[in-house]
Amino acid sequence: MLRLSPFTLHQPKTLDEATQLLAQHAPDVRVISGGTDLLPNMKLAQTKVTHLVSAKFLEELHGIERTETHVRIGAATGLKTLAEDPDVLELLPALAYAASRIASPQIRNMGTLGGNISLDTRCRYINQSELWREALGGCLKSHGTECHVVPGGQGCVAALSADTVPSLIAYGAVVELASDKGLRRAPVSELFQQDGTWHVRIAREELLVAVEIPIPSPQTRVAYRKWAVRQSIDFPLVSVAVRLDVADGVLAGGSVVVGALGPRPRVLTLERLVGSTLDEKLAQALGQMVYDRARPLPNIPYDAEYRRERMVVEVRRAVRSLVGLPERPLTPQA
Amino acid sequence: MSSSDLNAPAPVLVNLQLNGEATSVAVPPHWTLLELLRYGLGQTGTKQGCDKGDCGTCTVRIDGEPQLACLTLAVDVRDRSVETIEGLGTGGEPHPLQEAFARLGAAQCGFCTPGMLMSATAYVDDLTLQDNPQVKRDDIAAALAGNLCRCTGYTKILDAVEEVAHSVLNRQRELAESTAEDE
Repeated sequence: MLRLSPFTLHQPKTLDEATQLLAQHAPDVRVISGGTDLLPNMKLAQTKVTHLVSAKFLEELHGIERTETHVRIGAATGLKTLAEDPDVLELLPALAYAASRIASPQIRNMGTLGGNISLDTRCRYINQSELWREALGGCLKSHGTECHVVPGGQGCVAALSADTVPSLIAYGAVVELASDKGLRRAPVSELFQQDGTWHVRIAREELLVAVEIPIPSPQTRVAYRKWAVRQSIDFPLVSVAVRLDVADGVLAGGSVVVGALGPRPRVLTLERLVGSTLDEKLAQALGQMVYDRARPLPNIPYDAEYRRERMVVEVRRAVRSLVGLPERPLTPQA
Repeated sequence: MSSSDLNAPAPVLVNLQLNGEATSVAVPPHWTLLELLRYGLGQTGTKQGCDKGDCGTCTVRIDGEPQLACLTLAVDVRDRSVETIEGLGTGGEPHPLQEAFARLGAAQCGFCTPGMLMSATAYVDDLTLQDNPQVKRDDIAAALAGNLCRCTGYTKILDAVEEVAHSVLNRQRELAESTAEDE
C-alpha cells in the first residue's frame, strides 16, 4: 500500500486564517482541495511537506458567478460542476469541454479548477516510485542533477499537463491570488515558467482564490482538443486550444495555445494571418505554424515525433470545428 | 503501522454515516478513507488497487457521488455519508446489479467489481425518465469510464448495467402510467 507520511492538516474557515497559515509554514506547505494530484504525488514522495491547508471550508473559493462582463469561478469549484454549469457551457464552451475531459468521473467529482491549474508537471522519469527514481540516480525534479529527457539539460522540462490551462489562456483568464500581504491578480498566460520543478508562478505563501474570465464577444470562437491513448483517465499527450476572432467574415486575430510540451504552455498569436478567410487553408496554415513553433519532448509517454504530427492534426480539426467545416475531411491530409 | 506513524499527529474523531449507520471512529489525519475502511474498520470489500487514482477499484459513494477512497483523506468524510459495497446487498439478497453481474458473467477475477458496482449504482440511481428516456450504452460507458477491468473486456459489464437500467426505467414508466390511470 502507498501510504502518506504524517502531516498536519489545517482546516481554516476564513481567507485570513488560511493565508496566515500559509505564511507561517511556507515553503513546507501545500493547499489541498480535491487532493487528486497532491496526494498521489505525496504518496510517491515526489512532494514532501508536513503541512496541508485545506481549501474545503473557504467560502470565497466556491461557486460560479456571472456578471455583465465576466464569469468568476472559485478555485475550489469542482470539475464536474464546471463541466456542467449552464453559464460556462453557454459562454465558455471550450473550458466546459476541457473540464469534462479531465481524468475520470470519480476524479471530476473530487478535483477542482484551482487544483487543475496548479497540477504538478509530469514526466516519465518523475511519476515513478521513489525506489525507481533512486535506481536511476534521480533527475532534476527528484534529488538528482541529470535530466534524462534532454541529455545535458540544465532545466527541468517536465510537461504542464493541465487540461484547463490552454483554454483559460485562449479566453484571456486572470487568476486572483491571496496572501498575508493582500490580493494580487495575474493573467493565466503569465502564470507559468520554464522550470518543471515548480512551473506555476504562485508562491508557497499564496492561495489561488478565483479565476475571472471575460465573457467573449460573439465574434470570438474557442475550441479545445485533447489527445491521449485512452478516452478516459489519461493525462493529455496532446493539448491544444485555438481561438479565432472574426470580423466581417475574416480572421481579425486569435491564438493557438499548446500544452503538454514542457513546463510552460506555448502561446502563438495569429497576427500574421489577420484577414485570412475562414476555410481549409486557415486550418492548414495554423497546423503548419504549430508544427514549426511548438515541439513535444520525450518527457511524457508516446513518441514525441508522433505527438508533433498529432498536434498538427488536432489544431486543424479545432480550426475546422470553429469555421463550420467537417472535422475530418475525406482527404489524405485529414 | 509503520514506524513513521510514531511521530504522527494525534488521531482525530470522525463521525460519518457508513452504509446508513452512524459511525464514530478515531483516525490519524494522514490516513486515507481506504485505509480507514480496510484497516480501521475491517471493511475489506473496498479494494486497494493502484492506490493513486488510476484504476477506480476503491470507488465508494460519498454523499451519493462515486469518489476514490484512496485519494480521500479520512477526516474529509466527517459528517458525510459513505456507501461501500458492504451496504449494497448480501449473498442471500443481492442488489439487482449484483444479481445481473453474477448471472451475465460480468465478474471474472472480481477485483474491479466492488468499484465497478459503486459507479454503476450511482448511474442507475440517477436515471430518470425525463433525462434518460432511452438507455444509451455510451452513457453507461461514460459512467464507468473511471473503472478499469483487466478481464472482461467490459462487454458483459455493460450488458449487466444495461439490463438493470432498462428494468429501472420500465418500472418508472409503469409507475407513471398507473399514476396517470388513477387520476
